[in-house]
Amino acid sequence: MSEPEVFSAIRSDIENNDVVLFMKGTPVFPQCGFSNTVVQVLTYLGVPFKGVNVLETDELRHGIKEFSDWPTIPQLYVKGEFVGGCDIIREMFENGELREYLAAKGIEAEPAQQ
Amino acid sequence: MAMSAKEIETLIKDALPDATVEIQDLAGDGDHYAAVVVSKEFEGKSRVQQHQMVYKALRGQMGGALHALALQTSAPNA
Repeated sequence: MSEPEVFSAIRSDIENNDVVLFMKGTPVFPQCGFSNTVVQVLTYLGVPFKGVNVLETDELRHGIKEFSDWPTIPQLYVKGEFVGGCDIIREMFENGELREYLAAKGIEAEPAQQ
Repeated sequence: MAMSAKEIETLIKDALPDATVEIQDLAGDGDHYAAVVVSKEFEGKSRVQQHQMVYKALRGQMGGALHALALQTSAPNA
């Protein structure tokens, strides 16, 4: 069985960007509370990321779920590795694990200036 | 199209018979739940793998009939 065409676009996104968030809406205009939560966390940590709006095409919206074997949006990739969805990111952020994880991956994470 | 907490618990326990499952109906609408699942099967698994096991147990209902299930998973404390 050949893989869906959209997989190569997804692969190119996660290979060419250190931090990629597949989300509903855009980082400036999230269209779902769960996507917004992850945007807030990344913004708070000062992590530059590429937001990919899965609502743009049906292929992407369904393809990303298949690609990651994960049924929900948002999905966070760091250096090509799937880190998790909203629950996992929130849990990792709250217990400090996310900052350590990003540092271990060589991603600069600076708290936003107050 | 909503699912009851009991149905969710049953599906999870079918797949993970030793699991303790605590389910909270967050909004009282049978559509937004939070679940805490503890199972020996999670030992040595990453969080992503643990959640995938629960999603598999729910047999594709997640994202469909089940709109929102906030998940927290862990192995029993040693």
